[in-house]
Amino acid sequence: MKAFLPIAIVVAGLACVPLFVHSNVVLNFLLVTLMIALAGQGWNILGGYGGQYSFGHAAFFGAGAYTTAILQAHYGVNAWLGFVAGVAAGAAVGAIIGGLAFRAGLRSSYFALVTLAFAEVLRILTSVAPITGAGVGILIKLDLRAQSFQFQSRAIFYFVILALVAIALIIAQLLERSRFGVWLIAVRENEDAAMALGVDATAVKLGAMIVSAAITAAAGCFYVQYFLFIDAGIAYGTWISIEALLTPIIGGVGTVFGALVGALVVKSLGEGAKLVTGDVPGLDLMIYGAVLVLVIRFAPRGIVGALADIYAHVTRRFVAPRKPAAGVAHG
Amino acid sequence: MLSPLILISAVLNGLLIGAVYALVALGLTLIYGVLHIINFAHGALLSAALFAAFFAYQKLGLDPYLATFLLAPGFFALGYALQRFIIGPASHGDDRNMLLVTLGLAVLIENALLYAFRADTRTIDLAYGFRSIDLGFTFLAVPRLISFVAVFAVALALWLIMSFTDTGKAIRAVAKEKLGAELAGIDVAHIYAMTFGLGTACVALAACLLIPTYYVNPSAGNAFVLIAFTIVVLGGMGSVPGALIGGLLIGVVESLGGFFFGESLGQVGIFLIFIAVLLLRPRGLFGASA
Repeated sequence: MKAFLPIAIVVAGLACVPLFVHSNVVLNFLLVTLMIALAGQGWNILGGYGGQYSFGHAAFFGAGAYTTAILQAHYGVNAWLGFVAGVAAGAAVGAIIGGLAFRAGLRSSYFALVTLAFAEVLRILTSVAPITGAGVGILIKLDLRAQSFQFQSRAIFYFVILALVAIALIIAQLLERSRFGVWLIAVRENEDAAMALGVDATAVKLGAMIVSAAITAAAGCFYVQYFLFIDAGIAYGTWISIEALLTPIIGGVGTVFGALVGALVVKSLGEGAKLVTGDVPGLDLMIYGAVLVLVIRFAPRGIVGALADIYAHVTRRFVAPRKPAAGVAHG
Repeated sequence: MLSPLILISAVLNGLLIGAVYALVALGLTLIYGVLHIINFAHGALLSAALFAAFFAYQKLGLDPYLATFLLAPGFFALGYALQRFIIGPASHGDDRNMLLVTLGLAVLIENALLYAFRADTRTIDLAYGFRSIDLGFTFLAVPRLISFVAVFAVALALWLIMSFTDTGKAIRAVAKEKLGAELAGIDVAHIYAMTFGLGTACVALAACLLIPTYYVNPSAGNAFVLIAFTIVVLGGMGSVPGALIGGLLIGVVESLGGFFFGESLGQVGIFLIFIAVLLLRPRGLFGASA
């Protein structure tokens, strides 16, 4: 259980925030940040641990969002059931795209392109199909009751998204310590070598894609419950594909806390810039782009990786002289 | 009733717009052929080039066709610098990092344009902007005819560069066998940057050919680049004739698809071709091997 202690501490820390902060602006900021962290953690499972860089995670975010929105708005299905269905739909879309792409042996640029193309196709189709509200989008009826997955207080919404993020963190931690996770990392590091050792690379990547898609779909479902609205540009827009990828890369690709750290840093920078210059369109994304390039250039393992390096460096300097053997183990 | 003449005119217009698609795709395929990555910044660079052509006309009174002689070298230098000083060092020799860096640059450039010029759509008015040739059954826009001819001239020039100059030979050597080329004394980082520069210059040329009949806004380039991805995949990544033929083909598909199914579903047709080619024949129609 010791491995889960950092998760417990971080989540408990974040859970205390609403006790001290009552500002709706701050809570709203943290909510959106956690939602992006959740979407990013989904990307991290496939991209970070599996090395398959998807440029179209909007496909899963949108599938989750639209499934729960359509079920609620057109069929009167309970919002919690809608949430479960949305996550399942995201997983199913992940299974379809992953099944096609991995069976065709698409890697690197090709995989990035095909995921991007699927997200775009879904965006165009939902912007013309009547069931998705075409260009208008879908509004969810306001019904502020817990059984409708809508809450009067922002703090409750905050606890819900925090719980979802906690689950996603635990999934990543379980993955790291599981046989499946080791296979996945082996595929990332050298797919041919992993296959030579008997790892079914296609099945492993497909499994990671399904989990990844389900987590990002949960973020999409949450978006619908919180904003009570969805349209094609939000659900399948490039913004979510980019933010889902940006946060774990900047925070620390293939680490448990990468997406969370990345989301906090990136969103704080974006909001900070807005505070300084006022709400100018493009500024926050401009900063995201610049930070992405800088992080890859100077800290390819992200903020978490860089901190780990600094920590290792410091401990080596002050501790290692007493235990000469430790230096080798660190390399 | 459907007259064959209407179809012919749709095909002709598809071929004309397809030529510009081909030029954008040419830059993309050139970069893929050598660096083995898709340049996700291509669309943002096209938007930037459209703005450059727009302001060259607006502020300097420079005709877009004359502006090519200014913008093509300028964007060549920009592309060279981007690869040499940003993408190359930042990628640490990993393809995946290179993809991400070009994506980061795309986000950065597109939003810098948005920040500087807002989302307003701008157009320029040229005396010949709406001039067209009457074929009896259809009209062909003169600027599009000019761009059609220009694209083939550019492709020919590119082929000459690749075939007969030392740089062109070095580029082909690096594309075929990077390590061998390096051992033979070729500066691979320089050749990568030259290739990226050539690809970016293609974008500047495309922008100058487009601006007389098209508009510019910070995301104007994206529409072309998603199509260019399709063309590059269809024609075979890294294949120059593939990009040309693929471009014309996609132009016709889009024109006919828009004619039969309406504009937005015509686009879905392009993406479905794209996905189908990726899944069924990832090396494309003319590509060597994936």
